Amino acid sequence: MTRYIVRRLLIAIPSLLGISLVLYTILALAPGDPFGDLASNPAVPPAVAEALRQKFGLNDPIMLRYWHWLMAMLHGDWGFSFVSRVDVDQLILQRLPTTLAVIGASQVLALAVALPVGIYAAIRPYSLFDQIASTFAFIGFSLPTFFTGLVLILIFSIQLDWLPFVYRADISTPGLLGVWLHIKQAIMPVMVLGLFQGASWTRFVRASVLDAIRVDHVTTARAKGLKERAVVLRHIVRNALIPVVTLIALQLPTVFGGAIVTEQIFRVPGIGSLLISSILANDTPVIMAVTFIFACLVIAFNLIADLLYGWLDPRVSYS
Amino acid sequence: MVSSVVLVLMILAVGIGPFIWTVPINDIDFAAHLAGPSAAHPLGTDDLGQDLLARMLYGGRISIAVGLVAMGVAVIVGVLVGAVAGVSSGMVDAGLMWLTDLFLSLPQLPLLLLIIYLFRDTLTKIMGAQVGTFLLIVIVIGGFRWMAVARLVRAQFLSLREKEFVEAARALGASTRRQVTKHILPNAMGPVIVAATIYVADAIIAESTLSFLGLGFPPDIPTWGRILYDAKDYLDIAPHWALFAGGAIFITVLAINFVGDGLRDALDPRRIL
Repeated sequence: MTRYIVRRLLIAIPSLLGISLVLYTILALAPGDPFGDLASNPAVPPAVAEALRQKFGLNDPIMLRYWHWLMAMLHGDWGFSFVSRVDVDQLILQRLPTTLAVIGASQVLALAVALPVGIYAAIRPYSLFDQIASTFAFIGFSLPTFFTGLVLILIFSIQLDWLPFVYRADISTPGLLGVWLHIKQAIMPVMVLGLFQGASWTRFVRASVLDAIRVDHVTTARAKGLKERAVVLRHIVRNALIPVVTLIALQLPTVFGGAIVTEQIFRVPGIGSLLISSILANDTPVIMAVTFIFACLVIAFNLIADLLYGWLDPRVSYS
Repeated sequence: MVSSVVLVLMILAVGIGPFIWTVPINDIDFAAHLAGPSAAHPLGTDDLGQDLLARMLYGGRISIAVGLVAMGVAVIVGVLVGAVAGVSSGMVDAGLMWLTDLFLSLPQLPLLLLIIYLFRDTLTKIMGAQVGTFLLIVIVIGGFRWMAVARLVRAQFLSLREKEFVEAARALGASTRRQVTKHILPNAMGPVIVAATIYVADAIIAESTLSFLGLGFPPDIPTWGRILYDAKDYLDIAPHWALFAGGAIFITVLAINFVGDGLRDALDPRRIL
């Protein structure tokens, strides 16, 4: 097991290198220039701008710059934001907890919806419940998150005035009231993300439970006189969850994508909105670091999915 | 069934609509700005008093065109990669699959945003705002969507190329090229067609997402996502503006997804009744 983890981590290294190289090359080849503003600013003499470019190594060949970046990254130096004049790692550490909290809560919500509904619908396929659930699932993942977000704001913030539509990370009200304010502002982003994911996962769960339901060992389990509950939970669902875990892991890039949109709608100060603002400000070191973190998260979740396999399915061997 | 009718109606509306509803999309009328639906403006107007029905019909053309062409890009690249990997085993196969996995673990939306932001101006200069942005968006959306198709096609190839009828063709002296194009590929297309349908919906959402984040088409080209982006600041005074644009995206995507689901049921021999 330990050997397997080590080996997987070793395999992840070339992928991460590949991704970072792709990212770096795109950023370097792009016509935008973080010092473009300096060049057009008449108050800055060309010589100063040139010296700055020299200092940050912007005139070196791409491969050399990539190498410098990689080495600095390995030493824990994530660079320096051109715009906000703060170290990039500080900037990200400020934002990351909010994003992870919102994404995490929404994934829990999605699973809490998808698992029971999907399993129940698959056990009674083509029943009334199944049809209603399938229709809602279809509607759920055909609704783009930016639209549901706007509709929720329209209903709950503007019409009913129940929930705030600007997310604030700096609420300092002490005690239970502060906690309540935090929860209150997180309700809408979490609902939007969670219900969207939940809708598409419901379909996965249903399909894979359906696949696992018509097999011989389930019939055997029923014939042995096991309670229906035990049959479903231990014989069907456990097998059915294996493909679901893969799909969930493969969907995570989309989840982070959805988080960017949601953060933008509800003005959640997470790394998604950091990415957008840094792209708009041409702040290369921040863009590079944030996209790289997204890539790391995706790879990490793929690894977790593979490890969960072994737990769910002892037939999978880690050799 | 209902969904295919809705879909055909949608396509007809955006295809022929602009010839029937001939109000120009950029006719500014401040007297009627942010007005709700009325006889003169069936879907109301936006903050500059531009007619929303005309803008929606025009934008729908672009949104649906983006969906179709991006799907085309994704399917072509995916089929090529999958077919090459499926035919040639060994190093080429392993390399292509590694590339596929690499693309799968790229953070898509951040990269989409990045590439479009970085290269939009250059392409716009070369080819004009409309064509340049369109090409860029289509290529980038398609270029990040081909992986699933590639895997599907490769899996189909791996099983099909050992089948008797392909062996028969091989025994008759058919070249690899002929085996692939005449025998294997047509049989591998079923799942690809289903995936392709869903991709159209995917690409429409992706384009609206980009426009919604302000990184899609420029403001003078009103795609549905762009209309929604403009509308979101006026939610409290003109909710109809956002609702019509978002509703159009929703209905189109829903109809496409239903059609794809129907196709899947029709083409899948393993369907459980």
